[in-house]
Amino acid sequence: MSKNVLVLLDVDPGGKLAKSCAGLLGGAAKLGEPVALIVGHAEHTDALAAAAAELGATRVLLAEGDPTAFVTPVVDALVAAAGVTNPIAVLGAQSDQGKEALARFAMRTGAGVAIDAVDVSADAEGVVAHHSTYGGAYTVTSSVTFGVPVITVRQGALEARGEKQPLVVEKLLVEPSKRKSAVIEGVEISDAPKTSRPELRGAAKVISGGRGLGSAEKFGLVEQLADALGAAVGASRAAVDAGFVPQSFQVGQTGVQVAPQLYIALGISGAIQHKAGMQTSKTIVAINTDDTAPIFDIADYGVVGDVFTVVPQLIAALKDSAV
Amino acid sequence: MKIVVLVKDVPDTYGERTLNLETGLAERDKSDRVIDEIVERGLEFAISFAEQNEGTEVIALSMATEQSSATIRKALAMGADRAVLVVDEALHGADITLTAQVLAAALSHIGFDLIVAGDQSTDGVGGVIPAAIAELLDIPQLTRLASIELSPDRVSGPRTSERVTLTLTAPLPAIVSVTERFAEPRFANFKGIMAAKKKPFEVLSLSELNATIDVMSAPRSIMTNIVAKPPRQAGVKVVADGDTAQHLVEFLKKNQLV
Ligand SMILES: Cc1cc2nc3c(=O)[nH]c(=O)nc-3n(C[C@H](O)[C@H](O)[C@H](O)COP(=O)(O)OP(=O)(O)OC[C@H]3O[C@@H](n4cnc5c(N)ncnc54)[C@H](O)[C@@H]3O)c2cc1C
Ligand SMILES: Nc1ncnc2c1ncn2[C@@H]1O[C@H](COP(=O)(O)O)[C@@H](O)[C@H]1O
Repeated sequence: MSKNVLVLLDVDPGGKLAKSCAGLLGGAAKLGEPVALIVGHAEHTDALAAAAAELGATRVLLAEGDPTAFVTPVVDALVAAAGVTNPIAVLGAQSDQGKEALARFAMRTGAGVAIDAVDVSADAEGVVAHHSTYGGAYTVTSSVTFGVPVITVRQGALEARGEKQPLVVEKLLVEPSKRKSAVIEGVEISDAPKTSRPELRGAAKVISGGRGLGSAEKFGLVEQLADALGAAVGASRAAVDAGFVPQSFQVGQTGVQVAPQLYIALGISGAIQHKAGMQTSKTIVAINTDDTAPIFDIADYGVVGDVFTVVPQLIAALKDSAV
Repeated sequence: MKIVVLVKDVPDTYGERTLNLETGLAERDKSDRVIDEIVERGLEFAISFAEQNEGTEVIALSMATEQSSATIRKALAMGADRAVLVVDEALHGADITLTAQVLAAALSHIGFDLIVAGDQSTDGVGGVIPAAIAELLDIPQLTRLASIELSPDRVSGPRTSERVTLTLTAPLPAIVSVTERFAEPRFANFKGIMAAKKKPFEVLSLSELNATIDVMSAPRSIMTNIVAKPPRQAGVKVVADGDTAQHLVEFLKKNQLV
């Protein structure tokens, strides 16, 4: 039997492998032989394939597809790739790009799906997915009753890393399925934020600001503290809605889910949807003027106070302690 | 125009959400049940479209348990014309595949021009049911839209993820899903609640769907183990004074965070 694990790799807007790929290929290596699938991005495929081999892909399949058709070409490519690899499992990112294609692949081929895994492993009975549900309140293990499991993996959750493999590239022949798809009429890519700060997803330290910061200008205080600690910057949805920061900064149930060593919440009340994205952080510090704010219920260190007084003092104290 | 809104009944995120440690299933009786807060916005879109476009029928469809009737009825009170609830013993603990199969079968049974869903639900956080339904019904999917432009024969809208915005368009019939950024749903008023009592509310079992869904012959995702993490405890809480920053730095140092 094959030991192939088919891995759908996301490509970021800059034409590079998405951050999720390292963990996916690392996780796949724990289960068997990682075979990478990259769909589209013809102008970058040499570099993408090399990067995939570097991260542990023993074989890289390259597929083309109608770039104006939404999602279906990726599903068609998955079907073709599964045909030539006969995989024991199919993995992809729980990302906007990956999850829908994987779910559709599972429907088309009649496979079982496990969604939003934080880890994968193999036992005597086969491949197992591990999940963290309701904002980390429960740890759940799942498997499929039979057939090839299709598993989407939460971005940044898989810590395993694969070993560099010799580059083996194959062009994959894809028979378009003629499934009805929406047409992509326009593509707009906004500039990558120019920042030397760590990326929010996967950061070891995160400093987030909420509505309590008051304005985009005053949100700069969050950035100053982040820079003093070498941390990434996050935000509550209220801060995003108020226009203090772009949406990509949102931490929570419908934003990025983070689990850093240190999370500092500034002027954030701690709504359940916010907590769902950060309550598995190792250490939580909260600064809020309202001593009844629910964020204090989960904070290891809570300061009832004004961020505009406490944070500048904290930045100064950090500078003093560094010398 | 016939718009079917996929209404999911979920535990209120503002309350406590619990899983049964034996079955791994959500404890429905232990929490308040509400319409998922994202699809509720999709429902708002459908209802306001119907208000402005005569001849539009809005149907709320849900797969849930009998106890969920009250939640689905809220969709009628908000302004949906009728509701269809699929209830069957065999669907207890349904996984993604089975849920999508059943909803697809019910959608074929009801008929539709447009299907409206939420992009992800607050209890599942899977966000793949709309895509799975598109595959099963072979219709275009326009998922995670930030806004919707709907005409009698076409639907379009922008989809933003990270730094990329795609403009999607497709002829009807199609399925769309909306994000949390859609307009807030209306509250059902007293008149709406009274009117809801007279609106058609159909409860269907699997066999009544005229679909051949064999629950056991398809592979299913099952939970094999579940462990509850002890809830997080609050640590120290201090009122800020002149020494707060110093103490906080000491705390961070002690925990090797600086
Ligand atoms: C479908 C849905 C999905 C959602 N998803 C998310 C999500 O992913 N992430 C998310 O964060 N939210 C999400 N929300 C929103 C969530 O319910 C809250 O509205 C939001 O988190 C509140 O943000 P906040 O804490 O910044 O604002 P508020 O709740 O207004 O809190 C501001 C806090 O700042 C404090 N404050 C004010 N001034 C100061 C000062 N000078 N110094 C110190 N403290 C001060 C106040 O005491 C208050 O506690 C979602 C909601 C819905 C309906
Ligand atoms: N049991 C269900 N009944 C009706 N609609 C559902 C059901 N499950 C999921 N949906 C729809 O699919 C969307 C995404 O849900 P999910 O894929 O579970 O995150 C929801 O917002 C609903 O519109």
